[in-house]
Formats: sequence, C-alpha cells, structure tokens
Amino acid sequence: MSKDMNRDVLVIGGGIAGMQSALLLAEKDHRIYVLESAPAIGGFFPLLDRTFPTNSCGVCFMSPKPPAYCPIYESDFHENIELLTNCELKDLAGQAGNFEVSYVEKPRFVDIEKCDLCNRCVEVCPVEVDSELGAGIEKRKAIHLPFAQAIPRSYVIDETSCTKCGDCLKVCSPGAINLQDKSRERKLNVGAIVLGFGFEPFQGENKGEYGLGRYKNVVSSIQYERMMSFSSSTGGLPGRPSDGKRPKKVAFIQCVGSRDPSCGQGYCSSICCMYATKQAMVSKERDKELEAAIFYMDIRAMGKDYERYYERAKQEYGIRYLRSAISAVRELQRSKCLMFTYGLENGQLEEEEFDMVVLSLGFIPPARVKETAERLGVELNEYNFCLTDEFRPTETSVPGIYVAGAFREPRDIPETVVEASSAAADVSGLLDDFEQRAVEEEEFFEEKDIADEESLAIGVFICDNRGVLAQGLDIEEITRLFEQDPDIVCVEKVNITSLKKGADEIKNKIAEKELTRVVIAGHRGMALSKALRSVCKAVSTGSCLLDYANIGEQCANVHALDSPAATSKAKSLVQASLRKAKLAVPRRAGRKRVCSRVLVVGGGISGLSSGLSLAEQGMDVTLVEKSDKLGGIARTAYYTLKGSDIQALLRDMVSRVEAHPKIEVLKGSELKALEGTWGSYHSLISADGEEKEILHGAVIFATGGREALPDEYFFGKNENVLTQKSFERLLAGREEKAAKAKTVVMIQCVGSRDEKHPYCSRVCCGQAVKNALKLKELNPEADVYVLYRDMRTYGFYEKYYHEARGKGVIFVRYEPQARPEVSASSGTLRVSFFDSVVKERISLEADLLVLSSGIAPNEDNHRLAEIAGLELNADGFFAEANPKAAPLDSVDRGKYFCGLSHSPNHIGDAICQGKAAAARASALIWNAFQEYADNQAYVNERLCSGCGICVSACPYDARIIDEVSNKANVLEDLCKGCGTCVISCPNGASQQYDFERSTILDILDEVIG
Amino acid sequence: MQEFEPRIVAFLCNWCTYTGADLAGTSRLQYPPNIRIVRLMCTGAVDTIYVLKALIEGADGVLIGGCHPGDCHYQTGNYKARRRITILKKILNRFGYDEDRIWLRWISASEGKLFADTTAQMVEELKDKGPNPIKQLWMV
Repeated sequence: MSKDMNRDVLVIGGGIAGMQSALLLAEKDHRIYVLESAPAIGGFFPLLDRTFPTNSCGVCFMSPKPPAYCPIYESDFHENIELLTNCELKDLAGQAGNFEVSYVEKPRFVDIEKCDLCNRCVEVCPVEVDSELGAGIEKRKAIHLPFAQAIPRSYVIDETSCTKCGDCLKVCSPGAINLQDKSRERKLNVGAIVLGFGFEPFQGENKGEYGLGRYKNVVSSIQYERMMSFSSSTGGLPGRPSDGKRPKKVAFIQCVGSRDPSCGQGYCSSICCMYATKQAMVSKERDKELEAAIFYMDIRAMGKDYERYYERAKQEYGIRYLRSAISAVRELQRSKCLMFTYGLENGQLEEEEFDMVVLSLGFIPPARVKETAERLGVELNEYNFCLTDEFRPTETSVPGIYVAGAFREPRDIPETVVEASSAAADVSGLLDDFEQRAVEEEEFFEEKDIADEESLAIGVFICDNRGVLAQGLDIEEITRLFEQDPDIVCVEKVNITSLKKGADEIKNKIAEKELTRVVIAGHRGMALSKALRSVCKAVSTGSCLLDYANIGEQCANVHALDSPAATSKAKSLVQASLRKAKLAVPRRAGRKRVCSRVLVVGGGISGLSSGLSLAEQGMDVTLVEKSDKLGGIARTAYYTLKGSDIQALLRDMVSRVEAHPKIEVLKGSELKALEGTWGSYHSLISADGEEKEILHGAVIFATGGREALPDEYFFGKNENVLTQKSFERLLAGREEKAAKAKTVVMIQCVGSRDEKHPYCSRVCCGQAVKNALKLKELNPEADVYVLYRDMRTYGFYEKYYHEARGKGVIFVRYEPQARPEVSASSGTLRVSFFDSVVKERISLEADLLVLSSGIAPNEDNHRLAEIAGLELNADGFFAEANPKAAPLDSVDRGKYFCGLSHSPNHIGDAICQGKAAAARASALIWNAFQEYADNQAYVNERLCSGCGICVSACPYDARIIDEVSNKANVLEDLCKGCGTCVISCPNGASQQYDFERSTILDILDEVIG
Repeated sequence: MQEFEPRIVAFLCNWCTYTGADLAGTSRLQYPPNIRIVRLMCTGAVDTIYVLKALIEGADGVLIGGCHPGDCHYQTGNYKARRRITILKKILNRFGYDEDRIWLRWISASEGKLFADTTAQMVEELKDKGPNPIKQLWMV
C-alpha cells in the first residue's frame, strides 16, 4: 500500500454482503461507511425467519468474533462502522486509494435524536400503503418504522405517499417531525468501495398466466416468506389472503422469472428451489395436515448439504415434487381456490385444486442499477448484474471498487458471506500494510490491584432516552433505593439519546469518581455495555464489573398504562442488578499475543489464492503442499465453461506465489501435528524426511478434493469409457479420440446423489455442458447425448445449457430407479435408456461413454481432522461452524477451510473461498493482541474433585484436568463464557464470572422479593 | 377480593430471548408487568436449582427462553436446556406438581412480539391455575 492511500472504506448496500464486508474490515481498523438507500440496514435479511438447509436463522454467526448479536446490531455497535441510511450515491471522482464520493441524504422528516418512538404519529397518520417488507402482505402508514428491529431505530416518512396533512406534527410532543426537511448533499473520501447492491425480486405480475395480482390466493414467495415469519401479523402461520383461513393444500411454482428468455430472464436464480423447499418444509412443521406440492423444471440443490435437505423434504416431510409445465391457473369463483392444469413429462395433462399458490420469484438486479453503475463507471453484464472476470470474482471493471453478493450473480447466503469476505480481502490487498499497522506494545491498561478492594465504589447511571423513562416510571422512588447504600458513590442521570455522548459521560464519571462497579439502569444497557467495555478496562474496573437493568425496555416502555407496577418491577430489577454488581468477583480481562504468520495447507487454486491474498497485505505465509508441484487438481483442468484458460491462470498464480518474499513454499511436505489454540499454533511439518516446526496464528486448510472414479459402466475395463476430466484433457489437446468421435454419451450423477454418495458434486452438469460444447466446436457433426437427473447449470451457467441445446446436444432425463444400461460386447459400447418424452426405450452405439463421476473428499481429510481437531460432515468434507453465516470457519477460532476440502465448487468459487478464508484469518491476526471472551468460567480448586464432568460439558474443549493436581483448568482463550460447565459441576467448583451459581440464587431473592 | 396476579420469573439467554425482550420494549409492545427477567448467557446455564428456588420462594411460574434450535450461540446450550427442563418437569409431575408452571420457549432476537405474546399468554394461564401451591404450603 502506498502511504497516500486513504484507509477508509465505503460499503454501498447494507444487506448481508455489505454488513459482512463492513464487520470484517472494521476489525482491521478501517473506518467503514455503510451507505444504504433504504431507511434501515439489513437488506432482505429481516424478511427471513428461517433459512435453509437448517431451518434455523443462524445469521448471528456472521460476526468475525462469535458469539455475537445479529449483524444488524453488531454493525450498529461497532465503533469503526458508521451507518449512512436513507442515502443515495450521487457521484464519484478519483481513483483507487483516493475516491471522492458525493451522496445525497434523503429527507427522513423525523429527527432521530428527538423522536421518542411513542408511536402516536403512526396512530394518527391517515395514509395507509403496502409495507415493503413482505411486498404488501401487510400495510404501513406513510410515517413508519421500517421493521421492528430496524437500525437506526426511528420513524421515517415516505415522501411519495405522504400527503403532508400535518396530523403527525400535532401529536409529536418532542417536536421531532419536520415536514419541510430537505435532502442534503454530502461528501466522503475513501480509499476503496465495496458494492453490495443485492437484488430485487422479479415482478411476478409480468407472468400473467399465474394470476398474481388478479387471484387473491396467488402470492409471491416474498409475501409467503413474510407470512411465515413469527414476527408478522400472521404469527408464522400463513393464511389465505381471500379469507384468512389456513390453507390445507399449497402449490409452489418454480422458475417464475428465471430460466425464461421469453421475459428476458435467461439465467437461473440459483436459490428458488431451495427456498421453496424451505417454505414447504417450515409450513409443514407448523401445520402437519398441510399438503405441499412443488412444480419445477429441475431441482437445483447443488449447495453443501442441500441434496440431503431436498431428500428429507421428499422422504420425511412428504412434499410432492412434480416435474411439469403449468399450462393454466384458474380461480374458482366461490371457494377462491386455484385450479391447475399441468402437463407431466409424459405429455399427460392433469388437473388439481389448491387452496393457495406461491410463485417462487427469481432475482433481478436492483432498479436503477444502470444509472448507478454509470456513475461509478462499473460495467454490467448482459443481464445488468455486475461484470467480473471469472478468475477475479470480486473485482469490478474499476480498480478499487469491489463487488459481493447477489449483485454479481444470484446466490445464497453462504456464498454471499464468502464473497463479501473475499471483497474485504481485496480491499485489504489494496489498502493494508501489515507491517505499517499501529501496534500498541505497551501494557494496554493500567491496573489497580483489583483483588484487594477494601470498599466498593458503585456508580449508578439512570439512562433515560428522550424522557421516556421518566414518563413511565417514578424515578424518585427508584433513586430512593440508593440513598441508604454506603457502597454507592454516585447516582447520575444520563441522557443516552446519543449513545456516544451518553457513553462518554459515563466514562468521565467512572474516571472522576474512580468507580469500581457500574450499574446501568434504563435504556440501551446492552449497547452501553458494549460501548463501555474498553473504558471500564482503562480504569481498571474490568469490563465485566458492569451490570445493567433494562428498566426502559422491560418496564417503562412495556407497561405504560400501569406506572406503579412498572416502577415496582423496575425497583426489583435494579436491586437485582445492584446485588449482582456487588457480588461480582474482580478479575482482569485477559488477552493474548497473536502470532502473525498464517499456515496454508494445500497448494491448489484455493490455497494459492489464500496465500497470495495474505502476502499482499504484508502477512507472512507458510504454504505446505503434499506433492512436489503447486496447482492441485487444477493442473488437470484446461478451460472453464465460460471459456477462460485455467492453465494460464495457474502459471500466473504459481509464479507469483513462488516469487513472493512473504510466502515460504514447502513442497513435498505434510502437516504432521498441530498444537495450540487460535493466535498461537505450532505445527510440525515433515519436509523431505526432515521435520520442521512452524509457529503461526491461524491455519487455512485448502487440502482440495479428488475426482471420484466410477466403479461401474465398464470404467477401467473399456478404453472408451472415460470420466469428464479425462475427456476434457482429450478435448483440450484436440486428440483424435475425442475430436473424431461420432456419438458421445454422457451419464450424469455417476456416484453422486445415490446412497453411497448422497451429495451433489455441483460441477458435473457444468462440466458436461462445457465438454459437449467443446466437442461440438471441434466436430459439429458429433452426436452428443447427456443423460441426466436434474440439470444443475445454476446462475449464468444456464446460458450455456441453453446454448448446448440450441447446438443440438440431446438431453435425456432418467430416473434413479431406471438408470441407463451399458453393454460392451465385442468392443462396442451400447447404451440403452428410457426416454420418458417419447415413452420408449432407446438404445444406441456410443464411440465414447463419458461418466460424470463428480468430486470426492480427500481421504486425507480424516487424518487432518484428527490432527487439527476439525469436524467432518457426513460426506467427509470439513464441517463449518455455521452453514449459513460462517461457512469457512471451524468452530474453533483460528482454523478456516476453503476450496474442495469444504465442498465441491467451480474454480471461481474456489478463488473466492481462498481469499475469503484469508480475510477471516487476517481479521484475527491483524491486531497484535486479541482479547478473551467476557464472562469466563473459573474453578474453585478447593472444591474441585477432578471428576471431569465439566470437560465433557464444555462445547469448546476449554476444559482440561490438570494431571498433577487433578483439578479442572479453564483454557481462557477457548472459553467463550456460556456457563454450561457451571451447572454441570456437582460440587459447585465450576463458576462463571458474573453468573456464579450463588450470585444467581442471591439475585433471585431480589427478583422475587 | 383482588384478582390473583401471578409472578413469573424468566431466565433468558443473553443473545436471543433477552434481546427479543428488549425489542418488545423498543417496539413498545404492551404486556403484563407480572414478569421479572434474569439474564443468563445461555439457557444451557439454567440450573434446575434456579427454577426450583424461584418456585419455592414465591414465583407462580418460570419461563426459560432461548435461541431456536440450531441457533444457539454456544452450539448446543438450548438442547441441553431442553433435556434438563424435560427431566425436571417429569420429576415434578411425579410429585404431583403441575409441570405446566414451567415454560421453555424459543424466542429469537427479532421476535419481540412473540416474547410479549408469550408473557401475556403465560399470565393468563397462570391466572387460571391460581397461586403456586408450594408457595402456599410454605406460608401455612
């Protein structure tokens, strides 16, 4: 990085991609501005109640420092992140490293600082319009809160629907509404920009034949998703819009606005198969009687563990999947049910009645994306998504501007998280210099001897937010509690309408009065405790000697009509908090020095991109490769479906890695042992018969996968039976065997999606199309048959599938119970299969039989998992901490994985994953010191009998029994402070700071009393 | 006679249900003031002793609130709570004690409304049940 580059970063779009990039970069001391055109951040994520393939939410795991709150809150709390909501980008000047951005802050008409969220304005507002969240399934007023957990938490007036009648002005007692509010233009200087524009759903009304907008009980998937949310007006149980009754039969229609060139949507939206499956499953979980049917073309369950999810939906949930084309949807006059006419594959027409129909809408780029792209100078592709190079997936056409998430291509949450992390790595590569970073070497806080407290010095802070507390509670009565208490040094009233100002005020008081305990009573205790964390340490109270009683949120706000009851509840909560603060055991917040080197295991594409990304940021890397050549499985790959040259990419990457002074490459080497915890690992590497020890702070596993070799269809017995990979090699070399073949038959899913390998290898459909097209290019006369189960050419790959069909490649579907049969008598291969369209068995002679055998996990994974303490999933790939929001992280902090060792993936995804793992590792080691989690467990050794129950109870392996003393020990860097061990201990030896068993039992007296 | 007002002690996990209760507050959803919240880091750290003490010393019902299955911030704490509370309820049942005074509910940080509704519903049901008999016996 050159010195004159600005380290601030602008993230445009506050959805999942934007929040992920922001949270990662914020860990590395970048100042992040998140520009969001909507009045609150979150994008589509607040719509989602459950996500596939777990049917849980899981998004809290997105923060690089788990455990964490929802990323919306984490972004709000983070001191390095500034949220610019309700803002539109206006103009951009400058270049990478020094951009000047101008943006327009649209009028909110409500002053966030003054508004006390009393809701009276909403009650009186006469304008009712469709709510954006859930696409109109609920109504909202012109003045509204975008959604319950909206950040910033404030009303906003929607200018287009507001009549400016002024009714809200009259009832707004704090005078927060200003109908004359104007838009303001502002400027920013940043060094890099990340685009996370996201997507919009396709306009379902454009497919008139399905009746959205005409028939009441036809809803869009967005509307249905909202109905399924516990926080919606339906309480999580969808009802028919016509009569509110719970539907008994629901149909889902797939590919509405996807894979449909007739409405300009040539691509596949990638996630609709899965979200429809989820919606059907969750509906059934909520209502066992419900019947669900999904009408589809191909089921594209190609993500990690998605195939199992799809199988579960069929087998366990009894969801019907019907491969068919819907020819008509009619509304029945009286019942408002929907009558379907649909054609099955064999041409048979069927009729069926449904109570409700859900259209699975595809993704389109956001409105006005062309304008915005023009302002940025960023090029778009033919579908108006961001144009990127296949091998530089997160770089736009403008240096210094990066892209993540659905704006590049429709994608699911894990892929979005990966890409947003990868974009963060790109930003780091441009702006970060590890060696120049600010390192605080000195003792980071001055400590008083906290163990010998003679007396407590408690400060109570009554935190009012815009006077709401005083309105709802008798504050005088509450403060009377403190009068007689000798330990209380001061009782202060603080206005925390501005969190920062409020926190500063408390910080000053802590310093001035030398407080050792702090009790926050009022509003926003959670946010304040986060904001005060560092300060409390600085004055030695230790972050944990702070407790809060949210008597604002839990009393004043929610029992507004019963002030005496609210006050009495508040008193007991405050007393409990006070009691807890008094009982808190002093300790110091621990931290550890983090070793800066990163170990990358595996020198394939993903490992190389991890190594390069880290080295570009100035970090030291040791790259261990088992074989004597870098490149991994890509060494035998030649071209991609989009036509890029893989060998050229590999040569370039290998030469850059080998020449980089920051990267130590150890070929012919193997990881033999890995000891230690995050930030300080030491590994044993065997290299050329010698053993080498390496100290490192994080480790990235990029150990790759292998081509699965078939054990059927005469593979290995007949020379004309090949795998896709060897066929690709023949085609790339234009070898006669391939180029002269007249009839080539490809069989998909050989060894995939069956009982032995119940996962989908994701890449084979693309490979088949790729090789079929290549063969057609070499020999247009060749007949190519692809026998498949579902064609999974997701996203923009769909175009090539279309192209292949256009060029005469014949695709024939087979059922798993009627697989193609092959005979090889006297040297000729004969393939026979049932074609359900012509309803006949077809038999043909093939010159070549190409088997799509997919990708298998490395057998070495088991050994590595054992050495490194990693988990494998049921298929033998590394298992992630959370499949949704932490797809590349192990449960143990500091261990990451990427590439084929994680799951089968195309090469562009492997590059992305490599960079993303690098970004996550570098966020951990950027700071020379990392702190331990709060509220750690500790052991009262006198009571410990060494039984070891806590060791088995701990989910993080943070407990060991000391062999000499036979007492349990807590490994502080691994303990995350959940408290499970506390109650597992039969002797009461296990304790957790602030949540000691005796403390909880004591405060129960206050709570009940 | 004054209507019986049940007292509920709630043990809520820090990440999901406690935050959900806060959201109910910021959304100003009104619910009965009969509930007192104790924050714990995880439902996996809710000792049955806490529940028993609350019931013996005067609570008419106990609510344990945590992350939905699969969403525990500490991997499996909510599953541990589920097992523990199930066993506790079975044991209490054996002693002839009404196990429905103990509620275990999954409420996420975004489900402020669910928290408010759950509280209101629990208060209603406890009103029907009347005062907690253990507490009454103690008062004899």
